[in-house]
Amino acid sequence: MIVRILGEGQFDISDETLAELNEHDDQVQTAVEAGDHDLFAQALAALVTGVRTAGKELADDYLGPSDLVIPGPDSTLEEVRELLVDNEEGLIPG
Amino acid sequence: MGLLRRFSNIFRAKASKALDKAEDPRETLDYSYERQLEMLQKMRRGVADVATSRKRIELQAQQLQQSAAKLESQAKQAVSQNREDLAREALTRRQGLAAELASLQGQHDQLRAEEQKLVDASRRLEAKVQAFRTRKETIKATYTAAEAQTKVGEAISGISEEMGDVGLAMQRAEDKVAQMQARSGALDELMASGALDDFTSSNDPIQAELDRAGNTPAVEAELARLKGELTGGNAQQRPAIEPGAEQLPPPAAAPPTGAEQRTAVNPTEESR
Repeated sequence: MIVRILGEGQFDISDETLAELNEHDDQVQTAVEAGDHDLFAQALAALVTGVRTAGKELADDYLGPSDLVIPGPDSTLEEVRELLVDNEEGLIPG
Repeated sequence: MGLLRRFSNIFRAKASKALDKAEDPRETLDYSYERQLEMLQKMRRGVADVATSRKRIELQAQQLQQSAAKLESQAKQAVSQNREDLAREALTRRQGLAAELASLQGQHDQLRAEEQKLVDASRRLEAKVQAFRTRKETIKATYTAAEAQTKVGEAISGISEEMGDVGLAMQRAEDKVAQMQARSGALDELMASGALDDFTSSNDPIQAELDRAGNTPAVEAELARLKGELTGGNAQQRPAIEPGAEQLPPPAAAPPTGAEQRTAVNPTEESR
């Protein structure tokens, strides 16, 4: 499965790893909904590190969509919230 | 996967929109490629903007550092002149500058990080645009419109996602640069208003005071000498009150010249 870390590129990860990362993803989501900055930073860092270490980075010229996209490690809770709110436009130019 | 799924969907929505619009998917390839080239151009400008902003901060920091160094030497000068009040003033101002410098350093590091991210993102996007161009030609040459549909979809989705990512990075960098510019402008204004005092300018109050203080002993000596010459005999009625050699009154005789005054009477010599 291919996962993109925003600002860092794409990684190929196995389904088992994905299951492990799911836990952190749930935490990130909970943190965003609760507005808990500490939990958010912690969970996001764990999620990103998990993808980086367990995944295999894809070549720059790999041309294919990702199955999943996660925010970059230095994203703030507000930024993530904003991304989730104004979808449709905003993100993809053109 | 709650959040991740939602995030991913954001990125997919736009790509499929672009595909739906095209009658022949192969036209979408050319259109998309043009957009990619535009994006690359924008990226390069973005990198240049961030670099410019970073250099401006470096320049300001340099100015502040010079001012801080000058204040430091002024403080030393003041201490050597026993002007603790001036030394305190100089050191207080230097502390203010140090705080400003620390904040500039923080901004500088942030900008540098953004710049590096943009450079990395440019590299990735460039590689993908190259790959896209190759694939675009292959698809156009090999496939019929119907067959092209899925291939085009894949290629567009891949590149759209990258463009979305790059777009976000650009937006972040632009926001940061705008913040920095506002702060830089404010700092320039502060310096201009004298609140942070640009001590390299000529009307530096501490330096003026120090210069004055530095002159004082010499001026006092001159003054004492002149007074001595003018008051002549009267002065001998209050001897030994002020032990400073230069302020000693002239001898009882008629007003002597300055040179005679110093050689004629030397109380310390007499007492031995």
